[in-house]
Amino acid sequence: VRRWPLVAICYLLLIVLPACRQEDGTATSSSSGVPKIKFEKYTLPNGLEVILHEDHSTPVVAVNTYYKVGSADEQVGRTGFAHLFEHIMFMGSKNVPYPMFDRLLEAAGANNNGTTDNDRTNYYETLPSNALALALWLDSDRMGFLLPTMDQAKLDAQREVVKGERLQRVENAPYGRGGEVISAALFPKAHPYSWPVIGSMKDLGAATLEDVSSFFKTYYAPNNATLVIAGDFKSDSVKKLVEAYFGDIPRGPDMPARPDPAPFAPPRDTFLVLEDRVQLPQVTYAWHTVKMFHPDDAALDVLSGVLTGGKNSRLYKKLVYDLQIAQEVSAYQAGGRIDGYYQLSFIPAPGQSPAKLDSIVRSELDSLVSHGISDRELARVLNSQRAGFLDRLASVFGKSEVLNIYNYYAGNPDYVQEDAARYAKVTREDVQRVAKTYLGAPKVVLTIVPQGEKKTMLTGGAR
Amino acid sequence: MMTRSRSSIALIALVVAGVAVAQAVKVDRTKAPALGTPPKLPVLPVETRTLDNGLKLMIVEHHELPVADFMLVLGSGVAMEQAAQAGVARLTAEMLTEGTKTRNSLQIADQMAYLGVQVGASLSSENPWESSMVSLHSPTGQLDSALALFSDIVLNPSFPAQEFDRLQKQRLTDLLQRKDYGPAIASEAFAAIIFGASHPYGRTTSGTEASVKGLKVSDLQLYYQTNYRPNNATLIVVGDVKPGDIERRIKTLFGNWQKSEITPPTYGVSTMGGATMVYIVDKPGAAQSSLKLGGIGVPRSTKDYFALEVMNTILGGSFTSRLNYNLREIHGYTYGAHSFFDMRKEAGPFVAQAEVVTAKTDSALIEFMKELRAIRETVPEEDLSKAKRYLQLQLPSSFETTGGIAGQLVPVSVFGLPLDYYNSYVQNIEAVTAADVQRVAKQYVNPDSISVIVVGDRKLIESRIRKLNIGAISIRDLTGKPVK
Repeated sequence: VRRWPLVAICYLLLIVLPACRQEDGTATSSSSGVPKIKFEKYTLPNGLEVILHEDHSTPVVAVNTYYKVGSADEQVGRTGFAHLFEHIMFMGSKNVPYPMFDRLLEAAGANNNGTTDNDRTNYYETLPSNALALALWLDSDRMGFLLPTMDQAKLDAQREVVKGERLQRVENAPYGRGGEVISAALFPKAHPYSWPVIGSMKDLGAATLEDVSSFFKTYYAPNNATLVIAGDFKSDSVKKLVEAYFGDIPRGPDMPARPDPAPFAPPRDTFLVLEDRVQLPQVTYAWHTVKMFHPDDAALDVLSGVLTGGKNSRLYKKLVYDLQIAQEVSAYQAGGRIDGYYQLSFIPAPGQSPAKLDSIVRSELDSLVSHGISDRELARVLNSQRAGFLDRLASVFGKSEVLNIYNYYAGNPDYVQEDAARYAKVTREDVQRVAKTYLGAPKVVLTIVPQGEKKTMLTGGAR
Repeated sequence: MMTRSRSSIALIALVVAGVAVAQAVKVDRTKAPALGTPPKLPVLPVETRTLDNGLKLMIVEHHELPVADFMLVLGSGVAMEQAAQAGVARLTAEMLTEGTKTRNSLQIADQMAYLGVQVGASLSSENPWESSMVSLHSPTGQLDSALALFSDIVLNPSFPAQEFDRLQKQRLTDLLQRKDYGPAIASEAFAAIIFGASHPYGRTTSGTEASVKGLKVSDLQLYYQTNYRPNNATLIVVGDVKPGDIERRIKTLFGNWQKSEITPPTYGVSTMGGATMVYIVDKPGAAQSSLKLGGIGVPRSTKDYFALEVMNTILGGSFTSRLNYNLREIHGYTYGAHSFFDMRKEAGPFVAQAEVVTAKTDSALIEFMKELRAIRETVPEEDLSKAKRYLQLQLPSSFETTGGIAGQLVPVSVFGLPLDYYNSYVQNIEAVTAADVQRVAKQYVNPDSISVIVVGDRKLIESRIRKLNIGAISIRDLTGKPVK
């Protein structure tokens, strides 16, 4: 993400989609009630995928381009490059001198930005419907003609901005270094998910103009991109515009093979400690799990709701509500294109030790594995998801994201019903089983402690 | 992992059709395309009603999805607190979902999750000093149960002692954790310094350790009894609903809510004024410095509202604004620099701010001061017109969703704006001239009379800040108080 307002670079795209329920709140096994998104998909001769969705309810249109490249495609020694490159895409192109890209969009009333995660990079504009051609012109010019005006000064300028971004998100944020420490410990050395999307300061410093040129030539070609346009437009005339602006961009070479790391299983628990400028410690457990849309992905999402979603969830109720020995507790399944992990994290209340909370967390997990969950617990989690799902479809930008996510990760933009169905099918036994299978396996345990309190870290000996 | 369904077969047919339809049109890539006339913001059909007890209703039909948003806006916030009870307004709101006469805290949470609805109560983010809000977001299929829960929370809170004890402890821990976060320290110190302790705007909305520790359940009950009254409230309803039906439901549920006179808050005298001062708050080991420069701005009722909107957009209100372009794009000192006027019922703060790399703290201050001076000069037509278009043309996208529309009506309620406010917004922005921008910049942005707050690693930044001679230097603690 390249600018304020702050939106986290997600480590792995986190997606929680809904199940259905009847009027009285009962979860059902059918996926009826989840609205479909009508769309049209076609491919230009140069390989650009185009997905159009008309919605005339507000005179607004969203243009959202996915490039199939993320930090997982980076080379060791150049971590953070995909995201740095995202910044550079706003620095002008052959027919759009810097800084006109953003100025023209603002003068047209647009909101625009880009985001990078492990698996993909996207660029989007939401703008009044009369300005659609402007977005297509700007996005096509940087897709086809970025390099003619690229220079060292542009690279250096955005390198400094990204270093500032890293300071703000990682080094100067409380507990900010935890994420990269955990992914480095959980994934094998050189696994593409073992380094952070933002990259290291050293690697950001090492990026060269030659890297920019070769990265662009390799990944920023129409045959590696999907253009989604959602909102208030007429398909017939927009197809002509898309053809006019994007049709003459030459197809790039075939993409290099995407990273496909060997399967792995952490052999043993790893206990780590990190000192930070914080008042209270934080404990995070991370387990290796599964990628997005894996058969167990939905059950792991549901498990998160059972454990930490709302006041009645098991860990929140026990630690925060009843015993009042934790300030916060959270858990989530993060499944990406290649692989995934599950993370559970808590901050003890003042005066409470990580060890005490750890023993309660483990006994709660044991109890769930031994006795399973109730119908009510399952229904609460599944029913809560529907509202969030409808909300994602409320704006044209939300719909452009949903279409892109399904198209990229599920191989089919028309995946709403299937996605809803995979949640509706989750049973109590599934939740119990995934807790046992995945959370019973070796894990990484990171204790972030206030300065000078390393001795309070969790270790294997605490059991 | 690609499980293709039957629909992918249909897609193949569309591939062919798509290409066939798209016959070539010629475009000149060397020029930006000419854009048609921007769409007009459709007139927002707000239905208004007032119940006998004074509760105002604003209803907008929006039938795109089967959902509805309810926002009950109370015209009281932090400014209604006594200083010694700082934090009571926020805790009162948060206690509404912790128990009613017939539902306990866990039952409320269970019902919300089971129905798939979201209910929240807090200070309003629009203006926490003068408003609080109880909100409901619900699929319309659940409206009966959801509204029963919502009205129960608003009308029958029971303020259970054990739930209060828990929230009080959590708030004290929140206050402790604020010390970890530079921008939060900077905000707190900035407010305390420019408004002073006797003015409500000089406090944080969460209260202090001492004030929160001193609060009792009876303080919250008194705040509730005084301020949660129908004649002090507007209920905004946007969604897949019919106004007549909503009015009937609301009359049934809220018709017996008793009204009561409310005495408006008094505001102390703020301490701001005089020559520019620099306040350094030491945060040893900080990887960045948190900068805030500014002073007391204007109330929301200012006649200069639209000119200030345009001026601030040019200065620091958008990505391409001068502050962000200079400090981020040209100098690389920060991930983002911006400015805003936080307008409230009384004059709120004007702030320019950024998180900057420690080694460039002094250089960043030089550039901030340069831009605060430059905005007082005549702005070029290009800057003026870009800012005006940006403000005018972004408006439609704010009205896309039920939550978005309801959110746009909150300031209408809080500040008593006319119902056609948004429909005249475009003309009001259009009327702003370069002379207006310069006049309001000169009047409200004066770099010779501001407070500059720097939260950072003092030993690395102090001597270089002193050399800038921006103003006298004062060393402050994490809450803005002088360090001896």
